[in-house]
Amino acid sequence: MFSYCTDPETLEGLTWLSCYLTTGKHMGLYISVVTVLVLLAVTAPTALLFGFGGATAARSRFLPLRWLGKGYSAIVRGVPDIAFFMFFVIALDQAFEWLRHKVKCPDWPDAIRQGNDFVVCQQAKLPLSSSPEWVHETYAFFLAVLTFSIVFGAFAANVLYGAMRAVPRAQLETAEAYGMTRRQTFWRVLVPQMWVYALPGLSNLWMVLIKATPLLFLLGIEDIVYWARELGGTVNARFTEYPHGDWRMWYFLALLVFYLAFTKVSEVVLDKLMKKLTHGQATAGGEAQRRAKA
Amino acid sequence: MSCWDTIQAYALRSIGIGERLLPREGYDLCQQFTLIGSGMFWNIYFGIFALLAGFFFAVALAVGKSSHNPLLRKPAEWFIFVFRGSPLFIQFFFAYFVFLTLKQSVPFLGAFTAAWLGALVVLFLNTAAYSGEIFYGALLSIPKGDIEAADAYGMTGWTRFRRITFPTMLRLAWPAYTNEAIFLFHATTLVFFSGFPVLKQQGDALYYARYFADKTFNPFIPYPILAFYFILLTLVIVGLFGLINSRLNKHMPKETRTKVRFRPNLIR
Repeated sequence: MFSYCTDPETLEGLTWLSCYLTTGKHMGLYISVVTVLVLLAVTAPTALLFGFGGATAARSRFLPLRWLGKGYSAIVRGVPDIAFFMFFVIALDQAFEWLRHKVKCPDWPDAIRQGNDFVVCQQAKLPLSSSPEWVHETYAFFLAVLTFSIVFGAFAANVLYGAMRAVPRAQLETAEAYGMTRRQTFWRVLVPQMWVYALPGLSNLWMVLIKATPLLFLLGIEDIVYWARELGGTVNARFTEYPHGDWRMWYFLALLVFYLAFTKVSEVVLDKLMKKLTHGQATAGGEAQRRAKA
Repeated sequence: MSCWDTIQAYALRSIGIGERLLPREGYDLCQQFTLIGSGMFWNIYFGIFALLAGFFFAVALAVGKSSHNPLLRKPAEWFIFVFRGSPLFIQFFFAYFVFLTLKQSVPFLGAFTAAWLGALVVLFLNTAAYSGEIFYGALLSIPKGDIEAADAYGMTGWTRFRRITFPTMLRLAWPAYTNEAIFLFHATTLVFFSGFPVLKQQGDALYYARYFADKTFNPFIPYPILAFYFILLTLVIVGLFGLINSRLNKHMPKETRTKVRFRPNLIR
């Protein structure tokens, strides 16, 4: 990348390192870090939306909907999350292909599940076998985001359901006394107030989400774990201008530090946010703030 | 092959007893149930030993973190932060490659590159950090009156810790610790996906579930079977820990007993 990098053999020490860390392959690593950040940025709101839907459904007065909501937030109990990750990626992929198959090839004569094969017509393949590489990668990423959102949505549903129940009953009764409908009470009184109760749970969830991102590797995405293994492995002088031994240990140490720093920063930011939200609330935290000031 | 034959051939496959090759055809329910169940050996092995060893280390960490002496407090704080702040998945990878590097200079440490020991060490340290934080929280919430009463009786140091602090800490921490145990067992499924090699296809439950999912291209059978086994395991853990919990709470009036509540927001 730098002008002095043309002949790596003459370089030493820090200059060598600066050239080594800016090779094309390392750019792949840096891009994958961005991928992780994008995943977090997309998954967090989507999961929150799923969770909100789940929690609302769990409070519904319509019984099957309530079952659906409770069942959704219960699926994550008792089963390892990575089993879900592996399950949903295949299951979602097959569900999409099955749907497209039903729409696009209605008169396909053969069964879709033939013994140990899953066969859909050519036009229903996702992504189409003719589409370019980036479409395949984007589709894989999309599936990963959806999987993350479903799993974390279930966690979020749990947290939000608890938060909705933590809002003092008197608040809702007051709203009813003012003649608000159930819907109005929900949107105008319950939802604005539940966040302060939900925040500890949600910030915990955010930490967990950060720590779940390396699982992308299991979903077949070229993420940081993939690159750390790829780049850290022993490389012979014949294949590269930067030969080195087995450095995977150092690459994973770097990942470890990256995650620790990320968690630490999140912790500080979330603490600040919590302080802001508790300000003036009728909770122990809000009371403590008021006393500290007085 | 009848189902009984399958069970004889594969029930202990994960620890190397029975048929050498994994099933190559059929993939019927019986095969899947047997082989995935056989993989549970590894999950249970990792879970139990990490939990047992981790418990003692966790108590030490909690006491260290609540100590006034910075020489004890700082290391405990850092240890807990490092293991709780980073993904277990990365910890596995890092540890594996550290052991691999160490093996080159100290061949004696070669055993650590195998999952049965290396992954166990990582899980042990990890669960110690998580439980340490739980116990630390419990130490902070021991009722002031209990300690004052102990002081009034003239108890100090080790006696006070053994008779008052430790039992109360354990009682207060137990519900959270139950969850920690459940999630530790769930975390054991990560082992064989994170660097540690599977020797002779002797893997854990998820390894076999994925084997079947890859072979049949049908995730709707192996993963629910895996889920079934894990739900069973979770129920057993909840039952056992519930027994210990009621023992710990025996002397308490009914309404002030700590209850085990399942709080599923912990992935590592």
